[in-house]
Amino acid sequence: MAAGNYLPTAELTASGRPVLYPGEIESSLLSSVDLLSEENPNFPHLKSGLLILTNHRLLWLPNSTPASSPTPVHIPLSAVSHIFSLKKSIKSVFSTPRIRFQVSVTSEGRVDEKGLRSIVITLVLRGKSDPEAFLGKFWEALKVRAWEEIKVGASGAEAGSSSGPRSGEGSLALRVPVVGVAGILRKEQEMWESTDKSLQDAFQDLNALMSKAKEMVMLAEKMRLKLLAGSNNQATGAAEDELGTKEEMQDWLLSVGIASPVTKESAGALYHQQLSRQLADFVRIPLERAGGTINLIDVYCLFNRARGTELISPDDLLQACSLWEKFDVPVMLRKFDSGVMVIQNKAHSDDEVFARIRSLVTKPDALQSGVSASDAAMTLGVAPAMAKEYLLTAEGKGLLCRDISPDGFRFYINLFQDINSDDVYLVRDYSIYVAWISTNSISR
Amino acid sequence: MQKLGEFKLPHFFNYPPYFTLQPVRDTREKQVQLWKELIIEYCRAQKVFIIGLEEDFPLFSNRAIERSLSHEARVAFLSALVSDGRAEWTDKGHKKCLILWHRIQEWADLIVHFVKENGLEDNVMTVEEIRSGTESRGTELYGIDRSVLMRALKLLEHKGKLVIFKGTSTDDEGVKFSL
Repeated sequence: MAAGNYLPTAELTASGRPVLYPGEIESSLLSSVDLLSEENPNFPHLKSGLLILTNHRLLWLPNSTPASSPTPVHIPLSAVSHIFSLKKSIKSVFSTPRIRFQVSVTSEGRVDEKGLRSIVITLVLRGKSDPEAFLGKFWEALKVRAWEEIKVGASGAEAGSSSGPRSGEGSLALRVPVVGVAGILRKEQEMWESTDKSLQDAFQDLNALMSKAKEMVMLAEKMRLKLLAGSNNQATGAAEDELGTKEEMQDWLLSVGIASPVTKESAGALYHQQLSRQLADFVRIPLERAGGTINLIDVYCLFNRARGTELISPDDLLQACSLWEKFDVPVMLRKFDSGVMVIQNKAHSDDEVFARIRSLVTKPDALQSGVSASDAAMTLGVAPAMAKEYLLTAEGKGLLCRDISPDGFRFYINLFQDINSDDVYLVRDYSIYVAWISTNSISR
Repeated sequence: MQKLGEFKLPHFFNYPPYFTLQPVRDTREKQVQLWKELIIEYCRAQKVFIIGLEEDFPLFSNRAIERSLSHEARVAFLSALVSDGRAEWTDKGHKKCLILWHRIQEWADLIVHFVKENGLEDNVMTVEEIRSGTESRGTELYGIDRSVLMRALKLLEHKGKLVIFKGTSTDDEGVKFSL
């Protein structure tokens, strides 16, 4: 009876957040929602899941993810033909609110915008929620018809990149073939000039800015794509500074951010849970770049930067991170003894780090004069503060021991366990102590 | 290998962490153990009975690697010896520490051995003679700390093996053995 026969399946990220379409934005989340059809008994009865309303779709996700639970599904808003108003009666005040809407289905009963028949679907809102407000947002999403704009936009962009009739107006004589990075930069320049007017319009007032925001994001996206395409054919010896500019530009555009940040407004009571999942998806890339662990403070900056205007507080971040324990996500929050907190890849093991520290401190130089946190930071490829945490943890495990002197705080390989306390002059063969003695006798 | 006067130092004396009190328990236990051994060995070899915490003690600093023990570390290592019964604080402020590389009982045994060796079983000796007389030269008793010697003698007196009496001609006390 799989729900997939009736409803299209929705894709999820590793941490259980829906994979959104380009330009798709969540507007409301409700928990404990049943999805069913009262007129078709064969239609699956999806019980107590998470309902997400976006400007494109209505998503229903199962609450937990055991193998037996139903698959996440979605209903494209383009298939919704009518939303019924709430029934107002004394009875309805006491029963759980139900929202009914009509969708197009194919002759086999599958929800599809091209369907010729129609069916009424009922949402049963069991959780604490405001059905009126949800209905309002639902209506609005349907009225705006955001999915149509994206389709138009996509086809427009294709036309622009393939033949370029758009950039041709009035500058036919000056057109230079687009070659290498210089060409791309020139083209950008032209584009900026032509969009300068729209930029100025955009800044006239906030309302105008909001309506232009989508265009701006599209512009940035388009430039990014062009830059990426440009990097393939720029091998013809571009100057160093041009390369630098290009990379910088890419960095800026890559971090344009999260298209649909989870907000208190859209997620309500589910805010922290959803934020937690979004964060788990987000940190994956910075985490890889930082070598498996990243400071919580750094994540806070990166995450808020990606969110743009919907900033979160440090407390929200901490809560979102601590919720990871409850979900099956590939990252974890780790607190060092000193209180420093980092986000760590679950696959990233301490043993590997300790092995690297061990090989670092047994090099002849380090045997003789130890290592500092900054030495370790360079070898491990992490920030010095973090390297120090690792060194202290390694010390706690008995791998290292410390030396505090006017020269600073340094760590040495722990020789104490190798030395015989019954005979302080005894040096056992093949021990690290022997290696240490030999490097020290050379140097003195 | 490095030397401190006539005393041969172990290799780890040049290991900088040896001079920093280690915070990790297991490591610290081992470090304390090594310091206890070294202090005892050094004091035995150099016949040092008293270590003053505020004075320069050669073992507590290493010029070669420019490290020296902090006050806290010195107290920690000496206290460890005290709790083993191999040292005693001589004052309440813990400023001076008496190192007993032989416990008092062992010193008493040494005295008995010394007396028998020299055939002094029924003789009379002054305390000062035991410490620096010709008979004791070359034995461990030579140069023994007076208070340590007195405690060992009193222990023997308690067991009836000798009698301590106040000297008549000098201020020194006399000992009459009766083994």
